[in-house]
Amino acid sequence: MDQLNQTLLLTIALAPLAGSIIAGFFGKKIGKVWSHRAAIYGVAISFVLSAWVLKLVIDGASYNETVYQWLQAGSLSLEVGFMIDALTAIMMVVVTFVSLMVHIYTIGYMYDDDGYSRFFSYISLFTFSMLMLVMANNFMQLFFGWEAVGLVSYLLIGFWYKKPTAIYANLKAFLVNRVGDFGFLLGIAAVLMYAGSLDYVEVFAQAPAIATQSTELFAGHSWSVMTVICILLFIGAMGKSAQVPLHVWLPDSMEGPTPISALIHAATMVTAGIFMVTRMSPLFEFSETALSFMLIIGAITALFMGFLGLIQNDIKRVIAYSTLSQLGYMTVALGASAYAAGMFHLMTHAFFKALLFLGAGSVIMAMHHQQDIRKMGGLKKYMPITYWTALIGSLALIGLPGLAGFFSKDAIIEAVSYSTIPGSSFAYFSVLAGVFITALYSFRLFFLVFHGKERFDAEGDHKPHESPAVVTVPLVLLAILSVIAGDFIGPILFGDFFATAIVVHPEHNVLAHVADEYHGIFAFMLHGMMMPAFWLAMLGIGFAYFLYMVRPDIPAKLQQRFSGLYRILENKYYFDAFNEKVFAGGSRMIGQFLWKVGDQTIIDGAVVNGTAKTVGAIAKIVRKVQTGYLYTYAFAMIIGLWLLLSYFVV
Amino acid sequence: MFTDLPLLSLLIWLPVLGGIAVLVNGDKNGWARPLSLVISVVTLLLSLGLYIGFDNATYHMQFAEHASWISTFNINYSLGIDGFSMPLIILTTFSTVIVVVAGWEVIKDRVSQYMAAFLIMEGLMIAVFSSLDAILFYVFFEAMLIPLFLVIGIWGGPNRVYATIKFFLYTLFGSVFLLLALLYLHHVSGSFSILDFHQVSLTMQEQIYLFLAFLIAFAVKVPMWPVHTWLPDAHVEAPTGGSVILAAITLKIGGYGLIRFALPITPDASMALDWLVIGLSLTAIVYIGFVALAQSDLKKLIAYSSIAHMGFVTLGLFIIFRIFANSATDSGAILAVEGAMVQMISHGFIAAAMFLCVGVLYDRMHTREISAYGGVINTMPIFSGFAVFFAMANAGLPGTSGFVGEFMVILAAFQANFWYAFLAATTLILGAAYTLWMVKRVIFGEVANDNVAQLTDINRREFLMLSSLAIIVLAIGLWPAPLTEVMHASVEHLLTQVSQSKL
Repeated sequence: MDQLNQTLLLTIALAPLAGSIIAGFFGKKIGKVWSHRAAIYGVAISFVLSAWVLKLVIDGASYNETVYQWLQAGSLSLEVGFMIDALTAIMMVVVTFVSLMVHIYTIGYMYDDDGYSRFFSYISLFTFSMLMLVMANNFMQLFFGWEAVGLVSYLLIGFWYKKPTAIYANLKAFLVNRVGDFGFLLGIAAVLMYAGSLDYVEVFAQAPAIATQSTELFAGHSWSVMTVICILLFIGAMGKSAQVPLHVWLPDSMEGPTPISALIHAATMVTAGIFMVTRMSPLFEFSETALSFMLIIGAITALFMGFLGLIQNDIKRVIAYSTLSQLGYMTVALGASAYAAGMFHLMTHAFFKALLFLGAGSVIMAMHHQQDIRKMGGLKKYMPITYWTALIGSLALIGLPGLAGFFSKDAIIEAVSYSTIPGSSFAYFSVLAGVFITALYSFRLFFLVFHGKERFDAEGDHKPHESPAVVTVPLVLLAILSVIAGDFIGPILFGDFFATAIVVHPEHNVLAHVADEYHGIFAFMLHGMMMPAFWLAMLGIGFAYFLYMVRPDIPAKLQQRFSGLYRILENKYYFDAFNEKVFAGGSRMIGQFLWKVGDQTIIDGAVVNGTAKTVGAIAKIVRKVQTGYLYTYAFAMIIGLWLLLSYFVV
Repeated sequence: MFTDLPLLSLLIWLPVLGGIAVLVNGDKNGWARPLSLVISVVTLLLSLGLYIGFDNATYHMQFAEHASWISTFNINYSLGIDGFSMPLIILTTFSTVIVVVAGWEVIKDRVSQYMAAFLIMEGLMIAVFSSLDAILFYVFFEAMLIPLFLVIGIWGGPNRVYATIKFFLYTLFGSVFLLLALLYLHHVSGSFSILDFHQVSLTMQEQIYLFLAFLIAFAVKVPMWPVHTWLPDAHVEAPTGGSVILAAITLKIGGYGLIRFALPITPDASMALDWLVIGLSLTAIVYIGFVALAQSDLKKLIAYSSIAHMGFVTLGLFIIFRIFANSATDSGAILAVEGAMVQMISHGFIAAAMFLCVGVLYDRMHTREISAYGGVINTMPIFSGFAVFFAMANAGLPGTSGFVGEFMVILAAFQANFWYAFLAATTLILGAAYTLWMVKRVIFGEVANDNVAQLTDINRREFLMLSSLAIIVLAIGLWPAPLTEVMHASVEHLLTQVSQSKL
């Protein structure tokens, strides 16, 4: 096999970093235009070279080398290095492509913002961090990239730092992610303990040996080591990829500017967990418990987050809940050992979800930063490009046969139906029901925004108009990919594209069953049209049309009729209220208690100052002896002498 | 070329004598500041000679100097450094330059005395790290506190007398035990050489008493829970320079003492009582993490954060026995001890930077109350960039030095016991919570009041000191190997020492 060139890989990773540094540190001096040029050139170089790397990898090239040694302790060597295979290469292309689109789009979206250069600096820094994450050949660097994307996400959610909601959301996002990272770091520590290394290849080679071991975390309860490792790692994925119950940060992250909602909180960063688990497939395959755990968590996320999308009125939040639900689909795929299907959905989702978010951004610009879909409507005639691309994105999302989302989602549903892992029947039901919900909320949004009556007041110059080319060109390019990306289903899912990157044990290999019935993309489409998923999606669109276009009075009535259920959905199943009260409030209470009672009352009050007071009190008594009168001292001396003498003599 | 010079003596006496010169010169001609800067910079450059001339391959004491001091009692002026002390000395010389720069415009009264106190303290602290004679160590260990008391007592805040006395009593309480232990070891070994102490064999009972004496003496310095309550008070009252030295160096003497005395002299007792230190360390990490969350004073918050971070140092040093029991190779134990060392160095830079940031704000607003701030980023964008960066380093973000030590210790702790790692890793959440919540309240948001609206961004002097710290924090985070390389031989030697029973 050919070896890739290290300089090539370093250029891919470092070009966005260079752009970020130029835009970040010199943005004021070089001005807006050169700031965005620096950033865009950096990412463009990265994208072109990534595409080149993908081609080389398809031709059989690979790479797994150390760039430099980060740390050495005894026989343990922690390194920074790259591992490039099909999995990495496809992630690199997806990340740099979406990033490039978002960079270009940002020129239009953010041009009037004071933090223009800063914004470009951040999104380029994000691209660098994400590349470091996916290109890593070891857990240490993976964690480095993992936290670095978290940092950039924090900075970007709080980009408009004057907004109280934004700085609340970014703190929340960072802390919830840290809960996930807590598990992730322990998982890495477990890997090191049992494999003696953090290098992917060495760890994966140890996997069969690790799988035979067990450990006791609680006395008397024996756990498979692999299950412990995998569940800990997956907790990390739950934070980053926003799986229930660590999903709570993602809807709030919409406080950030729309381009980063598309790039970070839809297309790339949130899929890092999916990528990570796929990368670790040689480990996860040994723990059916962990697979089952993922299946159930993913299924819950896919279905129940979809419900929440039905009642949101903020255009971005609807899409955010849709992202949560789709991440649930990917997790379900992982749990069913259909890693390739999860990755495939990750890729198609990156295109159509970035498209939907950027389209939403285009709408928001036209609406002068109004985000409430109840105050939109009839935008079709004002912004045709946004309209048609949004239609393509929505149809791809709900899985219309022929569009990208159909292939990836249908593959997941089919794969789960063959899975025998505990929880798979629940998961199958969830992903199937989720199809109907997806279609319903997607087209509710679509109809309310683009069709029907105009529910906004705008005259003359304030009339909505189509966005400039820097916005619409990325929309069109992403729309094209949302149509054609599904056509690669053959090689990606059923070919040997991921053959070396993903390990699936024969007894879990559900995609092989799907492959048996795969006879080309047209046959797959025809087959899909006869399956329940397709009809559920059509039913969803029909319902959406009926409820929001024909009889808009019905949703309001339903809301009154089922007010209890509605309140639960409106409060997002009370996760936020619970976290705010129990975790945030509880921690502050514990802190106050330990400080006031532990430190101040007991340690300082009783012990430290108590000692000082006791010494003082004794001194007060002893001081009385020191009267200053000669006879007192003489008297004391005589008594003392008498006592001593009697002690020694007697 | 460096080995020919008595480099350690130079490093000790140049700042001490320089400090006296600054003191004698007084405040009249305005030379106090430039003279102090020159002395501290020259000392820093000289100390880099230690790094350049250092032989990584050996654990033996390097740059050794020896002269008889009080021959009647066999007390010697004996100096030398190894992989543990060398990085700490460079940390000291670097921090002193920062302190001189930090006090440049801020200190207006008795400038020469202020500068002299820090220069003399620098020499004494270097002496503590390089003394190989127990009495010499003890003398410097105590003498070092005098300038610090003066700094807090003279240039400190309104409640400085309480803080100074509390600090003094706490440390005196610890020192008494240390002196007793050293005298007893002299009685047993017939020498005051610390390296001889390492060789002397002791019964379990002797070791237990000695270990407890060392633990009390050094736990106060670290400080470990529950003897930590002097630190927040001392920090709150200390001027910025005092806080920087206190956090960056003084606390490290506690960790250094455990490495130099407790572990190699009483290895069996250290093993028998490791549960105690581990328990206290984990308490420091978790308990203090919560307490930091409840603080409304910027300096107190960072002081508590220091205690929690120092918990990783003591944890790393004392989990090694459990790792030995569980693991066939010694890389886990090396990771633990080197992690503890990296954590000390890194905390020196990050805590210093955090206190400097508070100092920058305090100089302008004259308050440390978090609630008095809000939206600082609107008026001080460059400062806010630094503040967020150091806050992230404090929260242990990878790519900064704050990550390295914590990462190493948590990885190692897992090999000792899952639950140690579990409790230690809570710092990921707690550390981020108290640090970033503070950032949210101080830095972000709309301009909170007129005082914040009138803030001016950092000047070139402040930019210089914050950016030099930022570069180091980033450099260690991206490439810690040059720092850990110098420790390998000494760490492996320490592990050999602790794994040989003295019974």
